[in-house]
Amino acid sequence: MTDKAEASNPDLVTIEVDGVEMEAPKGAMIIEVTDKNRVHVPRFCYHRKLSIAANCRMCLVDVEKAPKPLPACATPVADGMKISTRSERALKAQKGVMEFLLINHPLDCPICDQGGECELQDLALGYGRGVSRFTERKRVVKDENLGPLIATEMTRCIHCTRCVRFLDEVAGQRELGGMGRGEHTEISTLVGLGVHSEMSGNVIDLCPVGALTSRPYRFTARAWEMLSHPGVAPHDCVGSNVEVHHVHGRIKRVVPRDNDELNECWISDRDRFAYEGVYSDDRLQRPRIKRDGRWQDCSWEDALEAAAQGLMQAVEQGGGEQLGALVSPSATVEEQYLLGKLLRALGSRNVDARLRTADFSDQQTRGAFPGLGVSVADIESLNAVLLVGSYPRAEQPIVNHRLRKAALQGAAISSLNPRRYDFNYPVAEHMLAGPDAMIGRLAAVASVLLEAEGRDAPAGFEALLGDAQADDQAHAVATALRDGDRSAVFLGPLTEAHPRGAALRALAGLVAELSGAALGYLSEGANSAGAWLTGAVPHRQAGGESESVPGLDARTMLEQPRSAYVLLGVEPEMDCWNGDSALAALNQARTVVAITSYVTPAMENYADVLLPMGAFGETSGTYVNAEGLWQSFPGIASPVGEARPAWKVLRVLGNVLQLDGFEQQSSEDVLAEVQALQPAEYASADATDWQGVTHATADEELVRVGLLPLYGIDPLVRRAGALQRTRQGQDRSLRVSEATAQQLQLGEEVQVHQGQFSATLPVLVDDGLADGVVWMPAGIQETAGAGPALGPVDLRAI
Amino acid sequence: MSAERLSEKVLSPDVRKEIDHWLAKFPEDRKRSAVIPALHVVQDSNGGYLTTELMDAVADYLGLSKIAVYEVASFYTMFDLEPVGRHKVNVCTNISCWLMGADNIVAHCEKRLGIKLGETTPDNRITLKVEEECLAACSSGPMMVVDGHYHTHLTPEKVDEILDNLE
Repeated sequence: MTDKAEASNPDLVTIEVDGVEMEAPKGAMIIEVTDKNRVHVPRFCYHRKLSIAANCRMCLVDVEKAPKPLPACATPVADGMKISTRSERALKAQKGVMEFLLINHPLDCPICDQGGECELQDLALGYGRGVSRFTERKRVVKDENLGPLIATEMTRCIHCTRCVRFLDEVAGQRELGGMGRGEHTEISTLVGLGVHSEMSGNVIDLCPVGALTSRPYRFTARAWEMLSHPGVAPHDCVGSNVEVHHVHGRIKRVVPRDNDELNECWISDRDRFAYEGVYSDDRLQRPRIKRDGRWQDCSWEDALEAAAQGLMQAVEQGGGEQLGALVSPSATVEEQYLLGKLLRALGSRNVDARLRTADFSDQQTRGAFPGLGVSVADIESLNAVLLVGSYPRAEQPIVNHRLRKAALQGAAISSLNPRRYDFNYPVAEHMLAGPDAMIGRLAAVASVLLEAEGRDAPAGFEALLGDAQADDQAHAVATALRDGDRSAVFLGPLTEAHPRGAALRALAGLVAELSGAALGYLSEGANSAGAWLTGAVPHRQAGGESESVPGLDARTMLEQPRSAYVLLGVEPEMDCWNGDSALAALNQARTVVAITSYVTPAMENYADVLLPMGAFGETSGTYVNAEGLWQSFPGIASPVGEARPAWKVLRVLGNVLQLDGFEQQSSEDVLAEVQALQPAEYASADATDWQGVTHATADEELVRVGLLPLYGIDPLVRRAGALQRTRQGQDRSLRVSEATAQQLQLGEEVQVHQGQFSATLPVLVDDGLADGVVWMPAGIQETAGAGPALGPVDLRAI
Repeated sequence: MSAERLSEKVLSPDVRKEIDHWLAKFPEDRKRSAVIPALHVVQDSNGGYLTTELMDAVADYLGLSKIAVYEVASFYTMFDLEPVGRHKVNVCTNISCWLMGADNIVAHCEKRLGIKLGETTPDNRITLKVEEECLAACSSGPMMVVDGHYHTHLTPEKVDEILDNLE
């Protein structure tokens, strides 16, 4: 806030704090100036990212000429102001406030989860009396069930209202309030609604006492016995900075690490609670080989030998072309690079992390990596945004938080999606369109802009723009993008999963170019950018140089089955665009080597060798976020069982295969190797260099839209128990529009058929869906092995 | 998500019209200002108390979050969140009235009606509201408010007369 006040108000005033002169921008609050100058003023309710409440009164300071002590958080500085934070009057006021706060607060720190890291405990030591004078009854407040993530002990609450303000101002979802009055005030939902924000866990950090604590972590460790190491969140392309707390190598919790350029001081619940998946029951503990159809635990040597043999056999019999490798977009740079290198050394370029992409026809003309086009921090100062096939609230919660800030400052944020999503900020235009119609709607925006610029359709675009109907919405969106001096078009995972994704990307590029907007990709996983830069794609070498002959992409290598596959951190029946074809290809393969943290029944079916790899926190490595920022992190926790970091597994596999270039001693060595291959500057895509892909328009009546849900986005999250128990984790229903439900006379359940896949699923009617859209999430057990994420689906009433 | 707004389903046209009357007194973007009068209107139309559904409907009608309405409704003692009797009796127990013998008046009411503060008579006639704070008639204590009407300089006899006259 000081920075903001400084930027907007260059006038400085001089104040004196405890006899020291300080310069401060006009309008700044005393506490901002003292914080900046490292003068400590005690506080509970004040938080630099939240509005000022001034209700705890702990920050009272002595201001010369003021008749009584003033709250430092709510008193603006004035020129010549003389402030004392430690005068007798200030100390007396602070001591008095502390005594009042402790009247109703239990004095049983040893049995409180917050004990040892409690702001009240700390300040009571500094400002409280040694002994309580209060002999009357303390009040008791009934606990409320806020959901599976946040534990409550509301008797401990001191009514600072940080949680209330956070949920309202930052999470954008007012879920807690101050109910009742006076001594009966309780922080509550009043009627038991629970707290459901995807950012809710931050109230645990904000709570200065033990009223709101982490439910999964609670009472499993003490603050002082844990070690803390920096990490990077492994779920989305933001790369939020975290601290991982562990005891003797076992992860106890994950908390945010301040980084104002990325996640500020927040993290999403997914980044906070997904660590539970590390200790899931289905962790693969030991290497295993399938012999005569039966699984046996074995030594690493035997397993690697078997893996090498299987791969070599495939190469000898059918050439390198017979090998395929699928790698998670959330695998580290080191893992992705070594896998790409291994495959290439075996004569195959069939390696891909773009598991959920359907249309690869434009891959050669795309930029060096799917980048954001702007920095994460700059998103909040955009003034016009078009989200195409993108719902950041579920996909990249931190991006959504920045977009929300922009929206609250008046940015026109529009959505082009097949579903009217529950945005937590005002949306300028909801362009609702089924997957196929999305192309026409985007073309309409482009045609408005072409007209405004007086330009003809560029070569290759005629067919797409030909019948575009420019309606009011298209005009509004185009005008906002064009008028905004900082605007952006963001493409989300749905555009990757779109069978005509190239057309969407080309049109988005055209719209961005014509309107002067940035073009950005909100890519999948934590390291999609890394995959493009490390050769974990079949058409680019490490460093981004194009392959002269590209290998098979993730979709093709499954549709044209290979005889051997390597999987790294992937559950193909859920993670691939077409789980049906993935299962078919893997089941027919002669050898499937799965480097994996978890073992699933599906895996036991198709795999031949299972190699246990370190999960989140157990592996050192690097992620490249959507900005192109490389962030390395150490291995923190001890791998479960005999699991090993996957880079090491690949390195040794390279040795066993007697390949050159697998002598790295550490993940740092691998990183140095891949970084040396990076060019000084990455090639940027020519947005309008479109090859004129002409897929036939799909004419299905019903189209499945199968995206990865908030808590189904990767194998780790799928196993995080508390997240799975949240409302979002439980939302696994298939959804159809009212019209579809009526037409098919659907009841409460429906039979779904897609390729070889069939299942009976609960169905909900959702009037926020475009006509003909069947909302059928991927990434959940119920739809594992279903066909194309975006494609025809057959529904039958039961 | 249903197409029909909760406020239209739950609030009658008359109630909505009355809320509109209050809304007109505030700027267009300050609908929140009308939350107290709106809750009064809705409470009066519902036999003197608010339900969660009614509060949600007010939130929907004024474009506020549910929690914001709950906060207001739970803060003020003139809003009841549980069913009440036909008449609400509020005896002031704040300092001036207390000094003038409010405790005796409360005790008398409780005895007369056979209920404790916060309870409703079995015949659903009278609710004795709990811990009523200063009602701004300090010069005339002890006092009470019955269905919005002030009764001052109370004596047990006067209380009996007032209570007996309630239908």
